[in-house]
Amino acid sequence: MDPVSTASLEVSGLAFAYPDGHQALFGVDFSIARGERVALLGPNGAGKTTLVLHLNGILTGGTGTVRVAGLEVGKRHMAEIRRRVGIVFQDPDDQLFMPTVREDVAFGPAAAGLKGAELEQRVDRALGRVGMAEFKDRPPHHLSFGQRRRVAVATVLAMEPEILVLDEPSSNLDPASRRELADILRSLDVTVLMVTHDLPYALELCPRSLVLSDGVIAADGATAELLADDELMRAHRLELPYGFDPRSVPAAPGRS
Amino acid sequence: MHAPDGFINAPVSAAAGLAAAGAIAVSLRGARRELGGTSRSSAAGSGGERTAPLAGLVAAFIFAVQMLNFPVGAGTSGHLLGGALAAILVGPYTGVLCVSVVLLMQAVLFADGGLTALGVNITTMAITTTIVAYALFRGLVKVLPRTRRSVTAAAFVAALVSVPASAVVFTLLYAVGGTTDVSLGKVATAMVGVHVLIGVGEAVITALTVGAVVAVRPDLVHGARGLRQRLKLRVNGELVDAPATSEPEPVPVAARSRRTVWITGLVTSLVLAGFVSFYASANPDGLEKVATDHGIDQKAEEHALADSPLADYGVEDVDDARLSGGLAGVIGVGVTVVAGSGVFWVVRRRRTDDRRTAAEADSGSPTDVGV
Amino acid sequence: MGAGHAHKLYRHGHSPVHALPPHTKLAAVLAFVVVVVSTPREAMWAFAAYAGLLGLVAYTARVPAGFLLKRLLIEVPFVAFAVLLPFVAEGERVGVLGLSLSVNGLWGAWNVLAKGTLGVAASVLLASTTELRELLLGLERLRLPPLLVQIASFMVRYGDVITDEMRRMRIARESRGFEARGVRHWGVLAKSAGALFIRSYERGERVHLAMVSRGYAGSMPVIDEVTASRAQWSYALALPCAALVVCLLGWTL
Repeated sequence: MDPVSTASLEVSGLAFAYPDGHQALFGVDFSIARGERVALLGPNGAGKTTLVLHLNGILTGGTGTVRVAGLEVGKRHMAEIRRRVGIVFQDPDDQLFMPTVREDVAFGPAAAGLKGAELEQRVDRALGRVGMAEFKDRPPHHLSFGQRRRVAVATVLAMEPEILVLDEPSSNLDPASRRELADILRSLDVTVLMVTHDLPYALELCPRSLVLSDGVIAADGATAELLADDELMRAHRLELPYGFDPRSVPAAPGRS
Repeated sequence: MHAPDGFINAPVSAAAGLAAAGAIAVSLRGARRELGGTSRSSAAGSGGERTAPLAGLVAAFIFAVQMLNFPVGAGTSGHLLGGALAAILVGPYTGVLCVSVVLLMQAVLFADGGLTALGVNITTMAITTTIVAYALFRGLVKVLPRTRRSVTAAAFVAALVSVPASAVVFTLLYAVGGTTDVSLGKVATAMVGVHVLIGVGEAVITALTVGAVVAVRPDLVHGARGLRQRLKLRVNGELVDAPATSEPEPVPVAARSRRTVWITGLVTSLVLAGFVSFYASANPDGLEKVATDHGIDQKAEEHALADSPLADYGVEDVDDARLSGGLAGVIGVGVTVVAGSGVFWVVRRRRTDDRRTAAEADSGSPTDVGV
Repeated sequence: MGAGHAHKLYRHGHSPVHALPPHTKLAAVLAFVVVVVSTPREAMWAFAAYAGLLGLVAYTARVPAGFLLKRLLIEVPFVAFAVLLPFVAEGERVGVLGLSLSVNGLWGAWNVLAKGTLGVAASVLLASTTELRELLLGLERLRLPPLLVQIASFMVRYGDVITDEMRRMRIARESRGFEARGVRHWGVLAKSAGALFIRSYERGERVHLAMVSRGYAGSMPVIDEVTASRAQWSYALALPCAALVVCLLGWTL
């Protein structure tokens, strides 16, 4: 597969309603090139989490298609898709379901068939990348929230994904944990799709942004420009924190 | 009421253990179907792999909700047992699994309930309550008008009956393998009497809780499924029918009828067993009373002993041990038949499942394992 | 396994009993309790011998007697039941301090008390020397259906999380001036229970999503394996074997 011509992620015409009748997506189109860091912005209830669950085929059955590195998400390639799309969920307690950190990080690779020393090595490397190596044998509920979020990132990194999808990575983090996570994310060399309504965080980390509003993509462009467009921001209930001016902050550097 | 070790003798405990193991084996299979695709992530991996996390979380819920105190007044309070609630919310098989796992963990982690009595505890508290409650609930929901109120009412009756039913089964086990010669009439009266009271509390709490869930997420109440409408999707302003595949396939008809047979059979035997136990416990006492009154005690005793081993429990120890051993044997045979047919059933299901999995492996879809 | 879960009964330690593989301990305790339950109740000395054996184990495991005794309180409801037995049981009666008691009931009370207490004591010793995680591995090793063990481990992992949610809901209720005082307030409590169920179920769905996202397809990948050497097995089974000898003596003497 040609790394230049194949986008990491391509979504077209995606629509979906839940069994209880609530429709969340009304035809979503966008694509992300390999190595990009993109923020998906939108107010609460815009359908962000629903969209994320389509990216690795957890939700299907609506209309439209999703392609990951050229592979269409569907029953045929499910195992491969789920290895390539690493989703970090909003609540780390949902993600860390094993009794110890080590077992949790090992879960994905072990499910893919890794064993013994190789597995151990993969776990150590993933934990090392998020700076949590010394917490290997702790049970997850003894960690702080920020630490749990970092371990959650490690559980996904251990699978060596093509694209890392983070659902509200900065929620519930104190400023220090928030910065630590940003440093970790910047140091990774994978495609990143970051779903958030934390606009300064998006500006800090992602050169490009998509605005999802009422189940459709309302805007797609450079993060700094989108955030500076007051009218667009107001129309989609996106608000910058008090005193924050996107024009006075250096935009996120592109991937070198 | 977690029975400790030594409350029920060894043979009957073992028999109950076998029965519990058989029921759990059957439930492990059934739960996969129940949790196949109920709710929001319907179309996702429909299949057995949802069982462990969902049943685990429901077990954790039962475990937690048993700690929720409902004040009765005057400083006392009660709490849910949860069998009926679990059955109604997540279905009988998952219900049996969840309550059994809670009992297992309570025995191993908190020494609550004896290890040898685990079979007895699972039989009375997990299996009996769930099955009785679910059968009653389904029956009532079918008969009553299809409204939310009847779901609540059905939940009330189901929970109300499930608790004394559990007490009846316990009494029955005690009748066969009890280690003390208390008159069965007394045990039955005490157990059922107390448990009818507990049942009222359980019924109120269960009905209110089910009502609260039905009001918010009716799709989560397993016992009240099948009231969902067809989905419409709006794409760029146009209404489009959702593809038929997104509809979570309800339980296949064949499976449902088989399940009905299974439940009917179990309930019938339970009711019969309960009836026999009452008959056996109350009637001989009456007989004896009559016999003493009429001065034909001596002869009658032998006669009763020969005819119905349950008739006279006030005999000597050695006889008693032999007697209950014999009875345990009889029960054991019955249990083996039940467990055997359970195993047969499981094997047959597994065979069909294997075939299905193999077919899927060919088509290259590892996530969709059965419905 | 390093520092794993710590549950309420577990006491951290490095005794030989702690070091035994979990499945050998589970098997030993189960066998011990079965032997105890099968002992004739007339052999009172046998129960004393069992208690002695457990005392020995507790000493080896460095579990203090006070801890063990405190945990036995869980039996209290059955003690009440046992106390009633001599009054309600059938059969021949004896007069003690002016009360008419059934001989059979006295034996029954003794039987329930002795066997129940020994059972609880054995379980407490197991729980206090074995980590939660290890217990689960042990159960799996003892051929419990893997799905059942998975359900149990999810229950253990999320038991605290859900209990915590329940506590937060209570605090939220109380912060708004609500305090459940009687049957009238059950509606509110039941609504909390209903909400708790919905939250638990939805969390179960999210956990499932997180699992399939990492390639779960129905069975847990094997990450740790517990094994036991012959020496460890014989060490663990020394308890039930000794008990069996006592039991056989109890039947023959």
